[in-house]
Amino acid sequence: MRTLPKPLIALVATVLLAFGVSHFSDRIDPYYLDVMIGVGINVILAVSLNLVNGYTGQFSLGHAGFMSVGAYLSAAVTLLLGPRLLGEDGGSALQQGLLFLAALAMGGCGAALAGLAVGIPSLRLKGDYLALVTLGFGEIIRVIFQNVDALGGALGLNGIPNYTNVFWVYSFAALTVFTVVCLVRSTYGRGFLATQDDEIAAEAVGIDTTRYKIVAFVVGAFFAGVAGGLYGHFKLTITPTGFDFTKSIEIVVMVILGGMGNTPGVIMAAILLTVLPEMLRAVEQYRMVLYSLLLIVLMLVRPKGLFNFDFTALAARLRWRYLASRK
Amino acid sequence: MEAPILQLEKATIRFGGLTAVNALDLVVNAGDLVGLIGPNGAGKTTVFNLVTGVYETTTGTVRSNGTSLAGLRPNEVVEAGIARTFQNIRLFRSLSVFDNVRVACNLHRTSAPAQALLRMSAFRDDEAAITRRVEELLELFNLGRYRDARATSLPYGEQRRLEIVRCLATQPRLLLLDEPAAGMNPTEKGELMALIQRIHREFVPSILLVEHSMRVVMGVCQRVAVLDYGVKIAEGTPEEIRNDPKVIEAYLGEPHGSGWAHH
Ligand SMILES: Nc1ncnc2c1ncn2[C@@H]1O[C@H](COP(=O)(O)OP(=O)(O)OP(=O)(O)O)[C@@H](O)[C@H]1O
Ligand SMILES: [Mg+2]
Repeated sequence: MRTLPKPLIALVATVLLAFGVSHFSDRIDPYYLDVMIGVGINVILAVSLNLVNGYTGQFSLGHAGFMSVGAYLSAAVTLLLGPRLLGEDGGSALQQGLLFLAALAMGGCGAALAGLAVGIPSLRLKGDYLALVTLGFGEIIRVIFQNVDALGGALGLNGIPNYTNVFWVYSFAALTVFTVVCLVRSTYGRGFLATQDDEIAAEAVGIDTTRYKIVAFVVGAFFAGVAGGLYGHFKLTITPTGFDFTKSIEIVVMVILGGMGNTPGVIMAAILLTVLPEMLRAVEQYRMVLYSLLLIVLMLVRPKGLFNFDFTALAARLRWRYLASRK
Repeated sequence: MEAPILQLEKATIRFGGLTAVNALDLVVNAGDLVGLIGPNGAGKTTVFNLVTGVYETTTGTVRSNGTSLAGLRPNEVVEAGIARTFQNIRLFRSLSVFDNVRVACNLHRTSAPAQALLRMSAFRDDEAAITRRVEELLELFNLGRYRDARATSLPYGEQRRLEIVRCLATQPRLLLLDEPAAGMNPTEKGELMALIQRIHREFVPSILLVEHSMRVVMGVCQRVAVLDYGVKIAEGTPEEIRNDPKVIEAYLGEPHGSGWAHH
């Protein structure tokens, strides 16, 4: 028998662990549980944006826009279909789970379609121009949601069922990491990095750079949409302003701080930047000031990303020290 | 007779008022090792850019095996079996030596990207085959010991070699080399000549070589074409070219003197 590949084992293990933890979630302080879920959602957002901004070298500022598409779509599914499919009593846990899974899949696919629609015309643009177009897209989406009464207008959608828990969030976080890591490590996925390094050279070895950019964009948007769905069924209300461009920038900062194209680093940055504002609650008035200051200092001290370590070089240095100490 | 692997007919490109390549006729047949020389700014690199889809001809045609390459994107030209190197080495700086070559194997990948996620055995077999092929290529060209080093950390000569090996991974039928000897000392040039001949013998049937070093061009090419101000002023065997008065004048008339004299 062939041995199972490691990434698959890690994926299954995380899902099982998340399932176990969510079973005992009523014994965990609800505040910590909320922070945990917030962390998981931000990991999904940051790791998926890292495929676009980090590995493929595009500069997208539209991630919150894709997140909102997923949030609204999946909320629409559970709000409209839920009562009809599950009946008055709300259905069994399994029925709810299946409905939620379908809603998240819808949210992800809707966001991916939006990614395709935005990506095809705009990915010929580079750098700052692409950033502007994606920023514009995010704002347009927000204004649309704000002005369509069927979607609750400026008040947003209320009464979304409380389906999100540790199991769902961490299963999808694991799936996001799994997808990005497996893609990027494969021969196919090396093309994302080649596209980022040198488009002309990439095309000269047969890489269709436009296609790679679109794939990165669509996959990134899909997971942003799923994250939006998880967020909606966690907050239970969504408003258009929750997905404005400051949210996009927050995710971009996670990617930069983690070290572009460095998935472990980006995961750590997503955790840090979700937990840090919580810890600063003690000094409520100065919270945002401190947060911004910290960001500035971090970027000055480690411009290539806070967690951008060369792990092999680090290991080599430690081994060398160890050998030297034995002499 | 078979249509040539590369055939330019009256190929012309203008950049505003400048005609960089002017009504160029050039043929590379299967099995040829052809040199393309000319003073700085003669239009040699531009010819490569025309063939590889970086630029479109203003007028004239570029054909490979009888089919026009017009409108093909650079990556599609590679699919058609034509690969190139660059005058200024263009390696992928965030990738290892191994991955620089591996990424060029995508054309001949047999598994779909989605199979990478489902971890199907087709994917794993394909990846294993690609790894074997890349390692074999690296060994054959003496780059095996750099396998996991960053490509841009290699010594200059090795970077040139790696760029050529990366081209070979796309399994081309025509290889375009843009000044591979630039910046090399006489010993390295000797090794490069042997390398080009070996590639021609064992890997790629047809090669078009742009080169300033007369020693290299005259040493390996069967036929040489000379460009000056975008116009082909001569074509023939190395011996004929060496003694052609028009060629000598083009080189001597050039202010920087591009190396004709000191080789
Ligand atoms: N994209 C472009 N726009 C405008 N002019 C260009 C462009 N590309 C090339 N040229 C011009 O076309 C002419 C030919 O350039 P090319 O690079 O092909 O010369 P070359 O023969 O390769 O020279 P060298 O030996 O220095 O590499 C030059 O005058 C160059 O300035
Ligand atoms: Mg040139």
